[in-house]
Amino acid sequence: MSADFIVITTAILVAVPCALLGTLLVLRQMAMIGDAISHAVLPGIVFAFFISESLGALTSLIGAAVFGLLCAVLIEALKNTGRVKEDSSIGIVFTALFALGVFLISRFAGSVHLDLQHVLYGEIAFSPLNSLIIGGVNLGPISFWTLGVVTVIAVSFVLLFYKELKIATFDAGLAAAVGLSPVLVHYLLMGAVSITVVGAFDSVGAILVVAFLIAPAATAYLLTEQLWRMMALAVALGTLSAVSGYYFAAFLDVSISGMMATMTGFLFILALLFSPSHGLAAAFSRRRENRRIFSRDLLLSRIGTLGEKTTEEELARSLGWERRKISRSLDEALRGGFIVRPSSGEVAATRKGRDAARERAGSLA
Amino acid sequence: MLDLFSALFTDYTLRNVALGCAVLGVVSGVLGCFAVLRRQGLLGDALAHATLPGVCVAFILTGTRTPAILLLGAAISASLGALLILAVVGGTRIKQDAALGIVLSVFFGAGTVMLTYIAGTGNSGQSGLDRFIFGQAATIVREDVVTMGILAGIALVVVAVLFKEFKILSFDPEFAASMGYPVGKLNILLTALIVVAIVIGIQTVGVILMAAMLITPAAAARQWTDKLSMMVFVSGFFGALSGVSGAMVSASGSNLPTGPIIVLAATGIFLLSLVFGARHGFLWSRLRERRNRRAALEGGSP
Amino acid sequence: MRQVEMGNRSGRNLEALPDEMPLEVSGLTVAYRDKPVLWDITFEVPEGQLVAIVGPNGAGKTTLLKAVMGMIEPAAGRALVYGMPFEKARHLVGYVPQRGSVDWDFPTSALDVVQMGLYGKLGWFRRPGRKEREKAMECLEQVGIASFADRQISQLSGGQQQRVFLARALAQDANLYLTDEPFAAVDYKTERAIVELLRELKSQGKTVVVVHHDLGTVPEYFDRVVILNKNLVAEGPVGKVFNKENLSEAYGGNVSYLAGS
Repeated sequence: MSADFIVITTAILVAVPCALLGTLLVLRQMAMIGDAISHAVLPGIVFAFFISESLGALTSLIGAAVFGLLCAVLIEALKNTGRVKEDSSIGIVFTALFALGVFLISRFAGSVHLDLQHVLYGEIAFSPLNSLIIGGVNLGPISFWTLGVVTVIAVSFVLLFYKELKIATFDAGLAAAVGLSPVLVHYLLMGAVSITVVGAFDSVGAILVVAFLIAPAATAYLLTEQLWRMMALAVALGTLSAVSGYYFAAFLDVSISGMMATMTGFLFILALLFSPSHGLAAAFSRRRENRRIFSRDLLLSRIGTLGEKTTEEELARSLGWERRKISRSLDEALRGGFIVRPSSGEVAATRKGRDAARERAGSLA
Repeated sequence: MLDLFSALFTDYTLRNVALGCAVLGVVSGVLGCFAVLRRQGLLGDALAHATLPGVCVAFILTGTRTPAILLLGAAISASLGALLILAVVGGTRIKQDAALGIVLSVFFGAGTVMLTYIAGTGNSGQSGLDRFIFGQAATIVREDVVTMGILAGIALVVVAVLFKEFKILSFDPEFAASMGYPVGKLNILLTALIVVAIVIGIQTVGVILMAAMLITPAAAARQWTDKLSMMVFVSGFFGALSGVSGAMVSASGSNLPTGPIIVLAATGIFLLSLVFGARHGFLWSRLRERRNRRAALEGGSP
Repeated sequence: MRQVEMGNRSGRNLEALPDEMPLEVSGLTVAYRDKPVLWDITFEVPEGQLVAIVGPNGAGKTTLLKAVMGMIEPAAGRALVYGMPFEKARHLVGYVPQRGSVDWDFPTSALDVVQMGLYGKLGWFRRPGRKEREKAMECLEQVGIASFADRQISQLSGGQQQRVFLARALAQDANLYLTDEPFAAVDYKTERAIVELLRELKSQGKTVVVVHHDLGTVPEYFDRVVILNKNLVAEGPVGKVFNKENLSEAYGGNVSYLAGS
């Protein structure tokens, strides 16, 4: 196996579970809770190091993930005291846990094979160097095994509970009515997120994983309407970010994980600007078109209230519009055959114009 | 400990460090009150992360480590982050939480790319930039304290002068608008002041944990009082207390980054406030409840 | 900028006002992201009247108030307050937003909230002092909760919170009051107190516009009514326009809960 292949595959194994779970976080408006969990697992990872000395062990991985769940529980508990709002509660809990993790790493630097660089960037470049060897047999890179397990857990979680997650995300009321506990769904998702960020920690660190969780999912949200398509698209976007990020990083000789996170952001910006359905450019031109039609209908409806025939001045006064806006709207209505102008200054609606005004008025309520 | 305390007054370096951390604590504590009450604590988190690429770009462009220039870069990139959040939330169906998450992680990612780029160019001055991630109070020198002090002074004066306006903006922006206050501009000003607090804090606490300096002291102060002006004072005090104690522990030589210690100190103060806070602490509400119940049993009205 | 009013505060009386309608809305059209939410609304509110604005959810009632106060830019048409654009007539208007629009956990007292009504007259930078405190106290007395002046606002009942908002509007010492759902979710005692207050204001020659949701009480409480459903369905004296035809046009025939009235 080439080193490139191992690093890229490892990155894809980070991107896939993150994209799937991130879709749910974005739709449930819990992106910042995902962010909090990804920070909060740090002390768990450090404790796991104390105990097992090797992050590869699945048990310590689960142990670390417990801290993610603990974070979710603490946020909820603090909010429920009624003394702190949710956003503050998130901010207090995750900064405290992350600070604890960084403190432990610095304080016990000698006994923990973990440094702050690792926390920030992960060590994906080293993934080809760490192989799982059992009984002298080389079973391939450790990252394939840990992240493989994480990916299997995330994929099966989403596949098994797809229907339930969908209901619980889009209609909490219905979910409760059919006996689906929203609390259970919440904590199952938090558990899955915790396992994923712990698994991703070695590769991309505690913070950049947030880019993989949120950005591809949000990008997909700008491009499609259906849940399964959004998930598929998020997976594709995450993978694309991972692969392109790797090659750019290799070319520029910079942080691989940082470059991958930057690519998730770059793809997001592209969709933000140019998505045909939800991009800013499309929204801008649609808004302009709507405004044009809207002004026209307003003009036609006002001509209707002012009587069969009216004048340009009268309309300008009555609508409170500037002269320029009036004459532009009139020109346009004339071209569309909505009005006629029997003499200069005079304006009257055609049948088509009256119909358009009536249709607009009827469509309101 | 006592030695450390006396060193605070005699040791020149330590005095600078403590002073810088105190200034940071006061400013972030004061502005954090408004952020917390307007439920914008996590905006501070995203903007703090968003400063990192600005610091790096400023360094790459100028090659200096002059604090004023690096902090200017930080402020510019945090403002870009704020604009992006505004564009995403205002122009698309993506909600605030995801917009914050994206800005936070992607700006930070871009920052790490730049940090590794700077490290790769072998520029001798680069070693200092790492301190912006977890903070390193020990590196604070007189020049930093002066920069921080000036920025903090400006921010605090603005808050003092516009206190009444910020209060009504935070409590009831609609009513403020009906009275003719330029709510949009006041919003921008308050966000800009929060950016100032962040910029002051990133050298000491670091970009990742800066959010705690805005949120935790303010949330702690809220447990002690029901008056905004009092909350602002108490929060500033708690901020300074966490800052100074964190800086002193960190400077005591165990090679610890300052940020986490300050944050753990602030969290400790928050937990104590949650239990003992005079207005909302668990302890007093329990006692009040019991007193009321007894009064009711004895037939008196509570 | 808002100190204009300070000079003639005490001397102001109704005769000094321009001889115009308190509120004159003409052709007001408002769009939210180019979806019309108010279409071509025209009506007038005469001096000294209690006016209800009713309509189904999403009919644009709150939007109408906000557009009148210039918080939302209309796509067409305008609203005049005493013949002036709102920016020039601000000092003549008192506003009561919906109770649910603010966070009642905010660290402030009832008295402090009422003092906010005086900020407009204080102008920028100046802090409220003893005079403002006394005035605010008076307003709290007027709504019958002076004894709660120093309470933190989250410790007030819903009805008391609503009274605080009304007291704040009273502190504005206005001629035209715009109130958004002041009767929403208040107890019976508060509802009676608010009605009394509105009548008292009316007897002083003031004008009150109320966004209202309880159709059953419209005939008892109000002189005039504006019936909205994005379009203007009807407006005028309650006796003339508050009838089944107009209401079923606005509510789509679903007005069975009118039976009691």
